[in-house]
Amino acid sequence: MRISVPGWIGVAGLAFAAVPFLELPAFYETFMYLVFHWIVLATSWNILSGYSGYFSFGHGAFFGAGIYTTATLAGSYGVPFLWTLPAAALVSALFGMGIGAVVFRVGQLRGELFALITLAVTFVLATIVLNTRIDGGQGVNLGGVALPAILSSPSSTFYVLALAMMLATLWIAYGIYRSKLGTGLFAIHDDEDVAEVMGVPTFRYKLLAFGVSCGLAGVAGGIHALFVSYVTVGETFSILVPITVVLMSVLGGTRHWLGPAVGATVITGLLYAFTAGDYAVAGRAALGFILIVVILFLPEGLLGRFIPRLQGRRRSAAMPAAAPAAPAPRRGVTATLLEVHGVSKAFSGVQALDGVTLQVRRGEILGLVGPNGSGKSTLINVVSGHYRSNDGRVVFEGRDLGGLAAHRIARSGIARTYQIPRPFAHLSVLQNVALPAMFGHAALDRAAAEREARHWLEFTGLAAKADALPEDLNLHQRKFLELARALASHSNLLLLDEVLSGLTPAEIDHAIRTVRAIRDRGATIVFVEHVMRAVMELADRIVVLNYGRVIAEGGPKEVMGRPEVVTAYLGKPQTGKPHA
Amino acid sequence: MTLPSLTLLGQSLLSGIFIGALYGLLGLGLSLSWGLLRQINLAHFALAFLGAYLTYQLASVGGMDPLLTLAIVAPCFFAFGVLMHWLLARFSISPFNSLLVSFGLTVIVESMIQWIWTADYRRLESAYGGMKFKIGTLYLPVPEMITLATAVALSLLTWAALRYTDLGKAMRAASEDAPIAAAFGVNERVLSLILSGYAAALAGVAGLCLALSFTLAPSQIYVWIGVVFAAVMIGGLGNPIGPLVAGVVIGVSEALTMALTAPTWAPLVSFSLLIAVLLVRR
Repeated sequence: MRISVPGWIGVAGLAFAAVPFLELPAFYETFMYLVFHWIVLATSWNILSGYSGYFSFGHGAFFGAGIYTTATLAGSYGVPFLWTLPAAALVSALFGMGIGAVVFRVGQLRGELFALITLAVTFVLATIVLNTRIDGGQGVNLGGVALPAILSSPSSTFYVLALAMMLATLWIAYGIYRSKLGTGLFAIHDDEDVAEVMGVPTFRYKLLAFGVSCGLAGVAGGIHALFVSYVTVGETFSILVPITVVLMSVLGGTRHWLGPAVGATVITGLLYAFTAGDYAVAGRAALGFILIVVILFLPEGLLGRFIPRLQGRRRSAAMPAAAPAAPAPRRGVTATLLEVHGVSKAFSGVQALDGVTLQVRRGEILGLVGPNGSGKSTLINVVSGHYRSNDGRVVFEGRDLGGLAAHRIARSGIARTYQIPRPFAHLSVLQNVALPAMFGHAALDRAAAEREARHWLEFTGLAAKADALPEDLNLHQRKFLELARALASHSNLLLLDEVLSGLTPAEIDHAIRTVRAIRDRGATIVFVEHVMRAVMELADRIVVLNYGRVIAEGGPKEVMGRPEVVTAYLGKPQTGKPHA
Repeated sequence: MTLPSLTLLGQSLLSGIFIGALYGLLGLGLSLSWGLLRQINLAHFALAFLGAYLTYQLASVGGMDPLLTLAIVAPCFFAFGVLMHWLLARFSISPFNSLLVSFGLTVIVESMIQWIWTADYRRLESAYGGMKFKIGTLYLPVPEMITLATAVALSLLTWAALRYTDLGKAMRAASEDAPIAAAFGVNERVLSLILSGYAAALAGVAGLCLALSFTLAPSQIYVWIGVVFAAVMIGGLGNPIGPLVAGVVIGVSEALTMALTAPTWAPLVSFSLLIAVLLVRR
């Protein structure tokens, strides 16, 4: 019988719960308390920062919010200690989500900037706590607060509290790791824009992960307040808290739910071994050295380095692909699937789209052509919700898409590919394709999405690469990965942005057959293309853009022969008359 | 709240400008390596303190003039900066990982300082320490004047060098797009080494200024990180003048906050400014 991961967490918990009954010296329980404490902090940090890549340096603030919530409630208002813990979770979670609600709206606050702003929040909170009645500058003494008598000695009680907290945190971290939320967060980590366009509600997911992360840190803080029994601003909001947490997670591996726990155990042990003796100073230096070595030689962390090999072995027992599940178009509702009315888009003075109006009919292949810079890709970006148009309306299946977030547009049934493939670099080819099946129009559960993904990998000839990472694919295969991702979402409208550019003639022939096969399954296709042979062979109708305006529309042969189209592509002939 | 006297306000305004100059000086090296080398070098602060302790040692024990110690410290630090970048460049690390690596380096340097000079406070007693000018009712202490002059001079000099010399232009090109710059014959590797060395030498200069005006302790390294990062961010990455201007703005607003309320409220100003700038600037 195989025991599931939550089962293992429970077994480990039972084994650890027996420790207080061994009557060991209190020192061991206190040491274990610290290990559990850091596991909770590091693992909770990882739920937002490791999974989604938004590295927070503000974990000290949320930990501190928990500490001071418990200190204030238990110390000043006499609230029983255990009742302060849910309050600590709530205060920290709401504080974190309040910050997230502001910060996550600012598109460019990623990476170092997010780290800095969360660090700044820590200092601001510390200053406020220090100067108000919450602390007042003297620190808060919790010596008089009664500790619930869960077990006979205080050290056993703290041990059990921290153990329970750690088990809960690990269980939550694993649950998120396996859930749709976790998949979405990992996609955000690799490419947030693409994740959003494929249907991941990025803002909501980040906010949720931040809330969970902060709430758990708050409870850890609440317990720790009573553990240290004398709370000061200097210790609580020290820069060493976020740095230690980051270090632990990076050492263990941020892409695995168990990584931070491994790192926390190792570092807490090392800290103790090095700093407890007479060589405390040398010990700190040794820690610094270890950090440097780990980052330089193991940038993926311990688990990141060693787990993928094990997983690779397990994955080879792959499931067979599902029976072909064709997209089910709702035919006959309207003849026009997509209507673009007078859409304009300007980038700081450059008018990329200037009042574009066009219709896409249900079931057709529409070729979108025009010279470089004519606005083809911008139009796709506007329809898929990546850009907001300045003016005009986009109506899809009778529904106005104006102001809709990109993930909602994806769910309503529009999928796109990128001219330069943008796969999620750390997800396997299979996961790359399963993601839009989970989050897009199809909205399948994970198992169904993976079956669906296998089907489209076979359809595009990538089945043998299902477990590979995107970096192992060549350009042709990456382009087809883009295509498979768009197909897996079961969207009614596919926007294909130059899927053929850069391919060899033989590959183009293959691609043309594939696009035909897709249309025969009932999808409607808009494709941007420079490869004229493919445009002439595939398109039922073409629309020509130039300088952000539609200059011609109609059957391929007829349109491409028009003088203004020839002029747009090749320039004015010397003797020709200038067109209006 | 009672309004403090004009003399007190004037004096705090001055002290704000002086401390702001030091923020700017510390931020200059940080901004250059972040903006042009894409490395967030936390170790800059540890280096500055190492420089301060070296100045302290050479001046207090060795009997040198504090300003002359720079002739020893700056070249050594330049070499150290070159060596550090040479090592880091062998591993292509992300900006975020450079933050972690340099934090490791900070801890090592801090431990070293503590091992050599202990965790006790040290204070450089120099001939400059007590000197001050008096203008009207306001005092202008000489060490702070030196800091201000150095910060202004180095910021302007760096700005001019980046803008007008061939070396500076090549550096800006290489940071914009290294492969393209290399295709035009820019030796990006050597330039990075020089830049890293220069940033480290700037840390040495900042260390001298620290030693002239402040009491030193290893734990003080971490006190400066937040505010100086704020000055660098507000001033703009890679901008040589920005950190000084932002530093003075932060310094003055902190000093006024201290004069009008309690000194402990000061951090609120710089970090609220930082948050506001990050949120507003797109």
